[in-house]
Amino acid sequence: MTDTKPRAVRRLGDIVFANLAFFAGVSILATLATVAAFLFAQSVPAFTGPPIDAASEGFFSYVLPFVFGTVYASVIGLAIATPLAVGIALYISHFANRRFAQVLGYAVDLLAAIPSVVYGLWGILVLAPFLSPTFNWLNANLGWIPIFAGQVSATGRTMLTVGIVLAIMVLPIMAALIREIFLQTPRLHEEAALALGATRWEMIKMAVLPFGRPGIISAAMLGLGRALGETMAVAMVLSPAAVVSFAVLTSTNSNTIAANIALQFPEAGGNYTNLLIATGLVLFAITMVVNMVARWVISRRAEFSGAN
Amino acid sequence: MPKWLSPTLLVSFFLASFGLQVLLASDSDSVEINFIPVAIFGLLGFTVALYVISRVIEGVRKATDRLVTIMVSTAFSLALIPLLSLAYTVVTKGVARFDAKFFTFSMRNVVGEGGGALHAIIGTIEITGIATLISVPIGIMAAIYLVEYGRGTVARLVTFFVDVMTGVPSIVAGLFAYALFVIFFGPGVRMGLGGAIALSLLMIPVVIRATEEMLKIVPNELREAAYALGVPKWLTVLKVVLPTSLAGIATGIMIAIARVIGETAPLLLIAGFTASMNYNPLNERMMTLPVFVYTSYANQGVDMQAYLDRAWAGALTLMLIVMVLNLVARLISKYFSPKG
Repeated sequence: MTDTKPRAVRRLGDIVFANLAFFAGVSILATLATVAAFLFAQSVPAFTGPPIDAASEGFFSYVLPFVFGTVYASVIGLAIATPLAVGIALYISHFANRRFAQVLGYAVDLLAAIPSVVYGLWGILVLAPFLSPTFNWLNANLGWIPIFAGQVSATGRTMLTVGIVLAIMVLPIMAALIREIFLQTPRLHEEAALALGATRWEMIKMAVLPFGRPGIISAAMLGLGRALGETMAVAMVLSPAAVVSFAVLTSTNSNTIAANIALQFPEAGGNYTNLLIATGLVLFAITMVVNMVARWVISRRAEFSGAN
Repeated sequence: MPKWLSPTLLVSFFLASFGLQVLLASDSDSVEINFIPVAIFGLLGFTVALYVISRVIEGVRKATDRLVTIMVSTAFSLALIPLLSLAYTVVTKGVARFDAKFFTFSMRNVVGEGGGALHAIIGTIEITGIATLISVPIGIMAAIYLVEYGRGTVARLVTFFVDVMTGVPSIVAGLFAYALFVIFFGPGVRMGLGGAIALSLLMIPVVIRATEEMLKIVPNELREAAYALGVPKWLTVLKVVLPTSLAGIATGIMIAIARVIGETAPLLLIAGFTASMNYNPLNERMMTLPVFVYTSYANQGVDMQAYLDRAWAGALTLMLIVMVLNLVARLISKYFSPKG
């Protein structure tokens, strides 16, 4: 009569494979730690080394216009994209013909697959000239509103154009996410509303939107995270200046961190490279905070929403 | 409300708005008709008229329902317009240089007319290939860890940081690759391999997420049947779970490749810009297709149109590659995924 529990046989293959998998998982943590560490190490010379012409008044006064530009462009893009994304998702999930719904979903997903440099080309060569007369009209007739004031850009390379391009880029991801959430609304709730005599809009207002609200918020934050890091479209379309400006129709716009790095890095040397890497670190921090808040919002309501 | 009323109202308001614009334009000297105001005022007029008529005939609730239908349909059309415009522009402007010369020449010694993107295409294939070779094993193994082995704090940390990794901006990935290579090669380093590492940083989280989803879908009964027959865990994963989810994993990998193949920013920083062919990813700068498109636009020479034509042709090539990849991914998912 033994009183030792039977132990499972641990074969060599099991041990090797389990450890391989474990190290692969841990390598993710190690990689991110390395990214942060190396970026940090490369940014330090910007503070400790000889002063750089561009940052003559200190690091924060150098990076502040770029932070403002990044956030401002992304907020404009998000403000345009969110209602459109909700509308598109609603259309595909509740309004469109069943046959068309899948095709339309594919069409919107196609927008997501287009590389950002193509958006940049299209933005500056097609959209900017197209919007220029509208900007002139806005400035002439609504110029008393502060954001529309100022000297209108002649080329259309304005913050508003960039905001629109960012919105178009962020739209498909948000629309796909929100569509998935709307499709997961409990059928019973929808049918109950319709059975009680609600019109389609009333059913959506009562059953779909409350269910999908945390999902919409998280999709918006994920879209924001994506817009914050967008480089090429902004680099190609925006006409930058080192100012903090709220006006969206002029050609003196605050550049974004990512676009600034893309434009300056290839020709930069010495400490200027380190300064640019430091601004990249700031961008990394901002996007990480936004993404973490988005994940926290999802996880808070995970059991109630379909946004997992 | 009669069925013909709504479309008739729509058409008539657009015509009225157009007519009004023509009238106003003929008053002043300019002859140009700006279509945006025509569309906006036509749509506004139609919306107001439909709402008022519907409210009078059918009541408030129905009228609000119609109003929302208009708004949602407008949102959808607004989203389709840029897609159509983009596709139209890229195709019409890209075919100008979409010839054999574009695919067989590099830009070496070319100033102005002529030249091609062969060096960029080879560079893209090499760099993306190396990035895939790095990301796929790590990604699949990490996903296997998360699904099959992970319990507890480490697994939760890994999941959280994979989510963080999906949000890393592409330019930060490029800066990291640069920072990594500066340690070994000194400042100012440009290398194809660096581009591959930056791209794999962007690819790994996508591969992990897709593989995780596919592994979770494999029914537990399959695993338990294998265990019951005495198959060790590692053989179960390798021979039962992975083959079942292979189609989905392949789809995820193709989508990850499609995502990184168009990334410009990290490659601009670390792989650099060159006009000649370079087959060696360990030696100096390597040109890639997205960087080719960007520099053809940004560094135009004297003959602007030739550079723009090459940029559009490059954009068309890039879009075709991405769309083919997405299509192949969907086909794999449709035909090879296990049914039932």
